[in-house]
Amino acid sequence: MTEFVAPTVDWAALSPVIIVLLAAVVGVLVEAFVPARPRRTVQLTLAVAALAGAIIAVAALWSGVEETGGTVVLGGSLLVDGPTLVLQATIALLALISLMIIADRTETGEDAFAPNAAAVPGSDYEELARRKGVQQTEIYPLVLFATGGMLIFPATGDLLTLFVALEVLSLPLYLLTGMARRRRLLSQEASMKYFLLGAFSSALLLFGIALVYGYSGSLRYSEISEATQIPGGLDSLLLVGSVLILSGLLFKVGAVPFHTWTPDVYQGAPTPITGFMAACTKAAAFGALLRIVYTMLPGLAWDLGVLLWTVAILTMVVGTVAALVQTDMKRVLGYSSIAHAGFILTGIIALNEAGIVAVLFYLLVYGAATVGAFGIVWLVRERAGGHDGADGTSSILGEATHLSQWAGLGRTHPLLALTFGLFLLSFAGIPLTAGFAGKFSVFSAAVEGGAWPLALIGVLASSVAVFFYVRIIVLMFFTEPAGADGEPTAAAALAPSAEGFALAGDAAVAVQARSTVTTTVIGTEGFAVVAIAACALVTVVLGVFPSPVLDLIASVATFLP
Amino acid sequence: MSSSFPWLTALIVVPLLGAVALWVVPAGRARAVALGVSLLELVLGIAALTAFDVADAGAVQLLEVHGWIPAFGVSYAVGVDGVGLILVLMSVLIVPVVVLAAWREQGSLTVASDQLRRYLALVLLLEAFIVAVFAARDVFFFYVLFEAMLIPVYFMIGLFGGAQRRYAAVKFLLYSLTGGLIMLVAVIALYLQGPGGPQGFLTENLTGLTLDPTAEKLMFCAFFLAFAIKAPMFPVHTWLPDAAQQAPAGTSTLLVGVLDKVGTFGMLTLCLPLFPNASRWAAPVVIVLAVVSILYGALLAIGQKDLMRLIAYTSVSHFGFIVLGIFAFTSTSVAGSSFYMVNHGLSTAALFLIAGFLVARRGSQQIADFGGLQKIVPVLAGTFLVAGLSALSLPGLSTFISEFLVIVGTFARHPAAAVVSTLGVVLAAIYVLWTYQRMFTGPERPELAGMVDAGTRERWVVAPLLALMIVFGFVPGPALDLVRPPASVTLEQVGVQDVPANAGSEEGSDQ
Repeated sequence: MTEFVAPTVDWAALSPVIIVLLAAVVGVLVEAFVPARPRRTVQLTLAVAALAGAIIAVAALWSGVEETGGTVVLGGSLLVDGPTLVLQATIALLALISLMIIADRTETGEDAFAPNAAAVPGSDYEELARRKGVQQTEIYPLVLFATGGMLIFPATGDLLTLFVALEVLSLPLYLLTGMARRRRLLSQEASMKYFLLGAFSSALLLFGIALVYGYSGSLRYSEISEATQIPGGLDSLLLVGSVLILSGLLFKVGAVPFHTWTPDVYQGAPTPITGFMAACTKAAAFGALLRIVYTMLPGLAWDLGVLLWTVAILTMVVGTVAALVQTDMKRVLGYSSIAHAGFILTGIIALNEAGIVAVLFYLLVYGAATVGAFGIVWLVRERAGGHDGADGTSSILGEATHLSQWAGLGRTHPLLALTFGLFLLSFAGIPLTAGFAGKFSVFSAAVEGGAWPLALIGVLASSVAVFFYVRIIVLMFFTEPAGADGEPTAAAALAPSAEGFALAGDAAVAVQARSTVTTTVIGTEGFAVVAIAACALVTVVLGVFPSPVLDLIASVATFLP
Repeated sequence: MSSSFPWLTALIVVPLLGAVALWVVPAGRARAVALGVSLLELVLGIAALTAFDVADAGAVQLLEVHGWIPAFGVSYAVGVDGVGLILVLMSVLIVPVVVLAAWREQGSLTVASDQLRRYLALVLLLEAFIVAVFAARDVFFFYVLFEAMLIPVYFMIGLFGGAQRRYAAVKFLLYSLTGGLIMLVAVIALYLQGPGGPQGFLTENLTGLTLDPTAEKLMFCAFFLAFAIKAPMFPVHTWLPDAAQQAPAGTSTLLVGVLDKVGTFGMLTLCLPLFPNASRWAAPVVIVLAVVSILYGALLAIGQKDLMRLIAYTSVSHFGFIVLGIFAFTSTSVAGSSFYMVNHGLSTAALFLIAGFLVARRGSQQIADFGGLQKIVPVLAGTFLVAGLSALSLPGLSTFISEFLVIVGTFARHPAAAVVSTLGVVLAAIYVLWTYQRMFTGPERPELAGMVDAGTRERWVVAPLLALMIVFGFVPGPALDLVRPPASVTLEQVGVQDVPANAGSEEGSDQ
């Protein structure tokens, strides 16, 4: 019998994770004990403070990590090194911005979530809850739990912690996906689909973990990496195991062929949650993928290269091509996020330090533009009845997500459309936006790492992708807005554009069907405006002066073994 | 005048500030502010010329280098040799003319003055990008501007153009971006071949590298494709007629007259010095394409029914001449091409703007809708004729000098190409004179009888362009002093022996 030795834990190094998870637990207690009226204020304050606290904690840890290269915490379960801190800061920042959009109840006084998620859609019970103006605040602890899982995910040093973190971040997201206030069946279907496929991919991951453990006798990345260096007879075990683990992670980032959930979930989820999910989950999952490919499997780079190359090419091509034919704004952004996953993968495949910097930078700039874009999608609504809201005859409906409903937005709401255009240009990778700096850094890392065919395909995919981003800009700025008189003017305005673009005929039909519905932009409580402005600022500043951030990332861009 | 003053940065910043100011000032003042800013820019440009040492025009002068994104090896580096400077001067001259032309009427600009303000803001923004791109001495900086300037043009076509403007704008953007993005891969690849480091993208650091022959050829092709689309050359020219037809005349002027020069300018100042071996390798193919462009553009111009499309196709033909001169690799032809870029800018600007005045009066771009205008609007008719004659390179106008230099210089090395290209001059006479005949001669049409002749403002638009063409036509010396030394430098970089051009002088003169 050996004597029990209490492990020494470097609590300080874990502070970002602890702060957020603790706040989440407190948030659950708040739900239970604080009266309904002040509950939202308390929850919001708590969540904002927790995420801001996480960012500050990362900043406090920074100089230490920059000097020492990082610390191994909890006996190797968590690795607090440079990439961890960069990703944690990115995730916390994007989560904070998303939270502002999630929290905003807009001029309608309603947030994006079902008044009573347990009620059957369309039932009297639901209608009653809606009329009573019931609003839930569980979303705040749920978002914090998910964020906590995301903060752990890229920091994990062994496969079991990886799996636990994956579940911690996924389960709240499954729930949040199903809680949309409007089009609830779509939302619940998305949630179900996400859960089933997510569970399936978790199973793949677990099975892969078991196989790799069987091969190496360890769950630690570093020990597995050592085991892969020794030639053994069970290579197939290791290969199959690694492929399964990678599949599990590629599912989370939405890479082809594990992408089918992405558009449906992005479309069905409450829009502010979509933004949060698209930006933060991607950052966390790519962080974990990056660490596994760079520290656990470098010995298999040659064997897995074929797989990763194929996935990257497929992801870029399928994401781009499928986005071309979408008619729903959220689905366009969903497919575009698949294409972006492909671009980020090329940075991972580069397998050099430039690749690490590039991927980390890309995740930040892509996340900022994504949160901002979905924030704007959330504010563009359908309005039923009269055009003028003041007379009380009209009412605000759900988001106007059909592309044709965005026609002429640039004329009626120039500033909003301009900001959305900025995000689109950043997605498209036009110079002087942050998206360009990101794309440039991943492609140059790929070329440097010898993967120039990938960069070439990426560039070609980008130029195709420009088409559907620009199509939206064309709609917003160069097309007449729908009229106030209920005539299907948007359809008429679309007619000439059909000569040039593949906006399907059903666009016009859809508009005619809801000819009394007009598109409007609702006012906010201010949070969402601040959040979208912050995203726009990041997109412009990192586009023109990416240097400071790149240098900051490059100064710590080495993984602990 | 101290040479340490950052002339080029000032030339970039002033229009940027002007564009911002236009968002702030009341709509009624927008025109005056835009014109003031563009005239100030012109003064600055002339001041920069005085700071420029013409005797040493082959060297890059007024150089400023600052770190921009050291992590990528990117610098903010601007500087001009004679060619860069003369193109900057041409740009800052054409912009006030375009602003003046947009004063009151132009396609959909009549709708509201707020529209005009946005349009003018975009013009000034574009001016800043154009000056910067001609002055960029960093390959990455050049690339960024090359792509970024598409955005204002895209909006200028898409927001203010004709009925098919959306189609034209998207076609323009997709063509240009595809070329640009392919070039981006080559830009990255080139950087990795170079010395790297925080200034690894400086043009001077990337010139004269020893490159792997295959890689050099691939990179050359990527750069050349981007520039050929921009220029535009056969067979990637098809976006230009659509864009020119749909865009307002001022936009077409900037697009064809100024912006497309970036394509030929890029061939001259990037393709040749960066990839000398590949340039020599590709020259025969490029020359064939250039000759095809000359003839094909001219033939299609003859067949056009739409005035703006016609002018666009004449430009395809003229860009063929410019490319021909660049890739003929003689000091005469290269200098001729450089000068041609300026003259073509002036000549096309005059053609587009006068055509714009006519179209605004008639409300149609169809040539068939005009006729017998000579007596009704003699000033417009006369200026259109002079602009047209400059397009067919009549001796006495500056275009003649440059076209002559190109053909003579080319003849020294590729006699066959030079002889075939002279056919382009003959075809030019057909499309110009026949168009003039259809529009301005013949019986007066009753429905056109009320057309008013050019007003004072419109005369001010056209006068500087025509005056410069005539001045350069008789006294080309000062301009040639600026373009000759850089031509010799370029030939040195490409590593070919110059061929004296005296053998060809008779060939060119009997056109």
